[in-house]
Amino acid sequence: MTAHTFTHLDALESESIHIMREVAAECKNPAMLFSGGKDSIVMLRLAEKAFRPAKFPFPLVHIDTEHNFPEVIACRDKLAADLGERLIVRSLEDSIKRGTIVIKDPDKPRNPYQSVTLLETIAEFGFDACMGGARRDEEKARAKERIFSFRDEFGQWDPKNQRPELWDIYNTRVHAGENIRVFPISNWTEMDIWQYIAREKLHIPEIYYAHEREVIRRGNSVMPVSHLVQPKPGEKVEVLSVRFRTVGDMTCTAPVESHARNAQEIIDETSTTRITERGATRMDDQTSEASMELRKKEGYF
Amino acid sequence: MSNATQLLRFITAGSVDDGKSTLIGRLLHDSKSIFEDQLSAISRTSEKRGMTAVDLSLLTDGLQAEREQGITIDVAYRYFATPKRKFIIGDTPGHEQYTRNMVTAASTANLVVILIDARKGVLVQTRRHTYLASLVGIPHIVLAVNKMDMVDYSEARFNEICTEYLAFAAQLGLHNVTCVPLSALVGDMLVDRGDNLNWYQGATLMELLENVEIDHDVNTTDFRYPVQWVCRPQTEKYHDFRGFMGRIEAGEVSVGDEITVLPSGRTSKVKEIVTYDGNLQTAYAPQSIAITLTDEIDISRGDMFVKADYLPTVAKEFEAMLCWLSETPLDKNRKYLVKHTTRTAKCLFSSIDYRVDVNTLEQHANPTVNMNDIAHVTMKVQQPLVFDHYQRNRATGSFIVIDEATNNTVAAGMIV
Ligand SMILES: Nc1nc2c(ncn2[C@@H]2O[C@H](COP(=O)(O)OP(=O)(O)O)[C@@H](O)[C@H]2O)c(=O)[nH]1
Repeated sequence: MTAHTFTHLDALESESIHIMREVAAECKNPAMLFSGGKDSIVMLRLAEKAFRPAKFPFPLVHIDTEHNFPEVIACRDKLAADLGERLIVRSLEDSIKRGTIVIKDPDKPRNPYQSVTLLETIAEFGFDACMGGARRDEEKARAKERIFSFRDEFGQWDPKNQRPELWDIYNTRVHAGENIRVFPISNWTEMDIWQYIAREKLHIPEIYYAHEREVIRRGNSVMPVSHLVQPKPGEKVEVLSVRFRTVGDMTCTAPVESHARNAQEIIDETSTTRITERGATRMDDQTSEASMELRKKEGYF
Repeated sequence: MSNATQLLRFITAGSVDDGKSTLIGRLLHDSKSIFEDQLSAISRTSEKRGMTAVDLSLLTDGLQAEREQGITIDVAYRYFATPKRKFIIGDTPGHEQYTRNMVTAASTANLVVILIDARKGVLVQTRRHTYLASLVGIPHIVLAVNKMDMVDYSEARFNEICTEYLAFAAQLGLHNVTCVPLSALVGDMLVDRGDNLNWYQGATLMELLENVEIDHDVNTTDFRYPVQWVCRPQTEKYHDFRGFMGRIEAGEVSVGDEITVLPSGRTSKVKEIVTYDGNLQTAYAPQSIAITLTDEIDISRGDMFVKADYLPTVAKEFEAMLCWLSETPLDKNRKYLVKHTTRTAKCLFSSIDYRVDVNTLEQHANPTVNMNDIAHVTMKVQQPLVFDHYQRNRATGSFIVIDEATNNTVAAGMIV
């Protein structure tokens, strides 16, 4: 490689590795959130690049809503096992049993509750830093978030009280009880993620690629039929070729119609797509333009 | 789109209403980086606010509170790509008080687009933004003379503004300035040339962004490698492996090179350059790598590998230009922390030499340093730092100051 062939992916990769190493070096007890989704699989590869030939200096953590796609959970477990890294799973069900989460409607999206279990997990293990795979291009409220984002004792994010971030000198200091969320792939876009998946030949859950699936049309979206999503009277089940662009809660993650069967075909398709990733597929974000910001303030990633 | 695109980071600077949001919106729109759902969201908002046309400036609006106030108050990052490059825009507001935001966004930028309203010409704010761009050492400057439609697309007016601006820039020692006339509202000379500025032969704004040469924005000559993390797998296979991990901040390194470890001054040779994708013969800034050495010497985070041909300074005292970021003024009686490359040390300000008025560039012997102030200071650190002058090397000449009581980042510094 010469300086002249240093591509944007190389630049992004090097920046992310640098961030992960800063976390490892400066934080006492970090963790990396890992869901088995495509962004967290990219994060895993970056962590390999940052720390091999040694083991990761942190465990992987997943907050399971138990509304996840089984393919994604299978991928999560396989990847962690293949890499020989420690995976900690904490479930919303635990919080429900403890009574710290009270679910009103068991079939509604559970994302809003994830923050409760996440904060409980942070307290249980005493994590002072959690790395996550959120990107700034996903949503407006994220565009202003720092790479190192500070949370008070309640896990809350205050957009008015964020530390300025200059050059790539990161201030990682926190007081006892506070913690940081770190976003090593802040500067990546959906396109960068797909290009990286193609370049690195990363194995991601099959549901990201086009497949035939039973769906129901609701409003502008198609919803996947599952034990959580059943047709209401008057709704018709259809079989379409679809893929998922994000793989969150099964009750609110909608696939898009697609025939892209591998990363390169997705890149080609994405180059011409006219809808943002979240806008297309997350019903819970559509409710309000500012809904993500509200959730972040409550301690959600 | 091919993978072989470069990354360019740029910022825009202008006064309120010069058309910054419109310009960014236009770049995103005309390069087809705006998505339909974003467009429909801003159409709804435009309608709600009683506007007839879709206001592209709404695209760059951010958080809820700010949306309610109708202003942007911080740095927001936007992304778009063309087949040639991927772009990261650091969007900073033109508001009076926000020197700190511009300095923050400027610190990582390759290029700044300085906006001027063609009717108003070079203003105090234009000078301020240009001074800050020179202070933070942004390698490339584009002067965008906007709202040309409001001055009948006059070539004479454009030339008048450019002449005045270039004279001012030269006073600051800036010679890397390109001027472009445009109308963000109409779309002339941003992505498309349009029909109104046919007298202008130069590149469009997008062509400038796509083609400006950035390979030498990092120092490519003086090898600088701050050790970030020492990798000791302690497995059977890698029993004796000690990899010094970090990112090359400047220059290059090859297997067999003689290196000096600072501040200790010990020397050794590069045995291997290790990466996940295999060992390398040579590595360049800004690659993240691991280096193993032929000798066992005591090395930890905060040390820096260099080569003997151009040595950095190792010192416990230095002078710097400071941009104060905190609402609490600098307190000369207090100790702070300085974080410089991978080293953090206690520090104090032994003197505040002068403050620069960013509007007039006059120096004031003023002992107080408040938020948004730029000051020349002399600093003492408890342990030696390994540094270069910021002008020569952005990565090893920059630092942040942290208040230990609040853990806030209170200042950005550039070693002079
Ligand atoms: N005539 C004209 N108006 C413009 C141009 N660019 C921006 N404007 C208008 O100037 C006003 C301020 O623009 P805006 O982008 O919000 O400025 P900002 O405060 O710098 O972000 C808006 O009413 C724009 O429509 C231009 O090139 N020509």
